[in-house]
Amino acid sequence: MQLIKLLNDPLFAAGRRAFIGKSGVLLSATAVALLAGRDGLAADSKASSTSVGDDVRILNTALGAEHQAIAAYQVGAESNLLEKSVLALAVQFQGHHKEHVEILVKTITQLGGKPVAVLQKYTFPTDKLKNQADVLRFAAGLEQGAVSAYLGAVPAFHNRDLAKAAASILGDEAMHWATLRQALGENPVPSAFVS
Amino acid sequence: MNIHDVSRGFFACAFLLQCCGAIAANQPSEIKGDAKSGEQVYARCMACHSLTENRIGPKHCGVVGRRAGAVPGFDYSPAMRRAKIVWSEKTLNQFLADPMKYLPGTAMVFAGVPDPKERADVIAWLKEARPESAACPANAKRRHRG
Repeated sequence: MQLIKLLNDPLFAAGRRAFIGKSGVLLSATAVALLAGRDGLAADSKASSTSVGDDVRILNTALGAEHQAIAAYQVGAESNLLEKSVLALAVQFQGHHKEHVEILVKTITQLGGKPVAVLQKYTFPTDKLKNQADVLRFAAGLEQGAVSAYLGAVPAFHNRDLAKAAASILGDEAMHWATLRQALGENPVPSAFVS
Repeated sequence: MNIHDVSRGFFACAFLLQCCGAIAANQPSEIKGDAKSGEQVYARCMACHSLTENRIGPKHCGVVGRRAGAVPGFDYSPAMRRAKIVWSEKTLNQFLADPMKYLPGTAMVFAGVPDPKERADVIAWLKEARPESAACPANAKRRHRG
């Protein structure tokens, strides 16, 4: 399988180790913010079980979307439609979503919630993915949606640490979206604001 | 005028716009939506929704006129399952303005679409997504992925 070949490529592995090394520093900061949620709530006498429950629901919706994104990138990676460099990008972005999942699961559990599981089946319009541009456009659409979803979630959190952490993920999704647009030959940043 | 005045003014305007949006959402929308613009607004929904496939959220083909919580095979929140709502221009306008306020317990945990014009546009787009429309081919062969 092409994905396996790529993962076994020493150059790719070295690049990925370097990437993970760098992102680990960033992730730990986000992780601290996320995992600070429970302590923050405990310290906040106004935090009610309702507000924690609301926050867990938001996190679980985000987790569901992250699971779906991982599955979508897997479809793209296994499509045999991607050039090597684009495949590396897709695998890297999928890795980000896996990191999001890891931290969301931990946080939901810390808050006393039950993380939603990966669905047994995801339905994607695979019959429309005929070439690399189709795959990139499909991924870009999901990333754009993720940006909007996180943007809509940020102000809905009761806990500001969680809102900050969600904004951090939003930034990552926005970079994915811009990079995919660039790969499609489109203006990577078409406007001053996202919505 | 210093930066704090500008900032206060900005947030006051934003607050008023939000309030106006909330008030307007309780009235039947008098804004004529544009489906083409609505398609662009709908792109924001696509992390969770699709016209033709259930994803994190239910598929939207035929949503206008449909009872809430009624797409076969979709695992709705208890709140949505219990809701006695039929999706119309009015109810969609109210829901999309502030989903969590309109239907507490909804899994659509999202601050909403505060701009009445954008809501009207996306509702116009959804109205066009009838089951027999080109966007919603009844015989769509779009299956995959375990």
